[in-house]
Amino acid sequence: MTRGELEKLELRLLLDAVHQHYGYDFRDYARSSLRRRIWRRVAEEGLQTISGLQERVLHDPEAMERLLLDMSISVTSMFRDPSFFAALREKVVPMLRTYPFVRIWNAGCATGEETYSLAILLREEGMGDRVRIYATDMNDTVLRRAKEGVFSLERMQDYTRDYIRGGGQAAFSDYYKAFGDRVRFDPTLAETMVFARHNLVTDVRFNEFHLIICRNVMIYFDQALQDRVHGLLYDSLVRFGTLALGHKESIRFTTHADAYVELDPQEKIFRRAA
Amino acid sequence: MTVMPSESGGRRLVVVGASWGGLDAVGTVLADLDPDSSPPVAVAQHRADLGEDALARALQGRTRMRVVEAHDKAAIEPGAVYLAPPDYHLLVEDGHFALSLEPPVRYSRPSIDALFESAADVYGESVVAVLLTGANDDGTRGMRAVKRAGGLALVQDPSTAVRPEMPASAIAAGLADRVLGLPAIAAAINDLGAAV
Ligand SMILES: C[S@@+](CC[C@H](N)C(=O)[O-])C[C@H]1O[C@@H](n2cnc3c(N)ncnc32)[C@H](O)[C@@H]1O
Repeated sequence: MTRGELEKLELRLLLDAVHQHYGYDFRDYARSSLRRRIWRRVAEEGLQTISGLQERVLHDPEAMERLLLDMSISVTSMFRDPSFFAALREKVVPMLRTYPFVRIWNAGCATGEETYSLAILLREEGMGDRVRIYATDMNDTVLRRAKEGVFSLERMQDYTRDYIRGGGQAAFSDYYKAFGDRVRFDPTLAETMVFARHNLVTDVRFNEFHLIICRNVMIYFDQALQDRVHGLLYDSLVRFGTLALGHKESIRFTTHADAYVELDPQEKIFRRAA
Repeated sequence: MTVMPSESGGRRLVVVGASWGGLDAVGTVLADLDPDSSPPVAVAQHRADLGEDALARALQGRTRMRVVEAHDKAAIEPGAVYLAPPDYHLLVEDGHFALSLEPPVRYSRPSIDALFESAADVYGESVVAVLLTGANDDGTRGMRAVKRAGGLALVQDPSTAVRPEMPASAIAAGLADRVLGLPAIAAAINDLGAAV
């Protein structure tokens, strides 16, 4: 057996073990970045092999927590891709206004920056009191942070710039209060949010939404898993509901390409065809 | 070295890493590539954010290859040049690309090491890695992975580079199969497809 084949075997055993023991299913995640993260964890734990990591995570739940954080890649920011938020205001909000009450699913919300950006945008568009944002992630640790609504002060300058580029209409600093090197966002923003753990791979549909925002989450899935999760998202949308993906994600390569019409091809905003 | 039989470079893949001075260097290499014989090309170029698709537009003006910013899961097709989008890692899977927002690797996203390592992992000896101008040592680890997998390492002659450090680092590590000027790099890539 070559080194590469042995590594494949160890990787498969690790993923099976994690799935069976902890329920997290990474078996169909895209290999390239999965391997990088696993090897990173092997090195950080002071281990030599993927088999060694398997033993550790099976016997030490805290090691599993650390691996889960690596697998999450919860990198995010407020008003990331400002042009996307501008497009939401211009093209999606007018449709949302036609409903008496709007349910939004922010899937893979990480530490909540995207969710707060959405809540601010919707308040400015006068929809704050008739919308609920369901913000979900597979990772409890990042969800806990999201619930706090506390972010680093250092990043507010960039966020202010992107808020304005995204069509922001107020003074951004009105939305938060600084304490030390951190800021707490206006708690009334959180009144529109529901945070919950939900795993796109292993959990089922839990509501029907007018808008689903799932950005930079499915890039970690392989093509077959993307197709499956697209099925879940599709089934979770109302007729003519809207789906938004990350800037570099394409629906073209999935089996759901024909289920949607493009609302804004640049911003990856799609509308359920029926 | 085995040469895979094929019409347009076969299952081969060319991966290019460039940093400081890279826009012009990459453009010079691409300018001479023949879409009928060059394998597909993936480029990780460090850059200040030029804005969406700006790099693709700049490079498209100089080559007959089709230049696109890589989308997640985009198929790797002959005649095309795929650029790592700003602020994403570009990774190679079997027959397509994947993007990732993993933290910067040694200060860089896109990371040349990440591109090269993932390419070596999947394409093995069919990878041709090209390391161009730059003022850091990104790419050296990736080159090591390419060499270990039996791929071909082409490195820009540092004396012809805007910044010599990056190619010099790979050469110093003993990883370069050939040290070439930019036109010779393009010619070597075209030859891959011709040599069936
Ligand atoms: C890069 S962040 C994206 C954050 C935000 N959507 C953005 O674009 O800025 C990816 C998030 O997806 C979550 N994730 C990964 N796999 C998941 C799964 N199977 N189900 C739910 N969330 C998942 C991770 O925990 C992580 O927080």
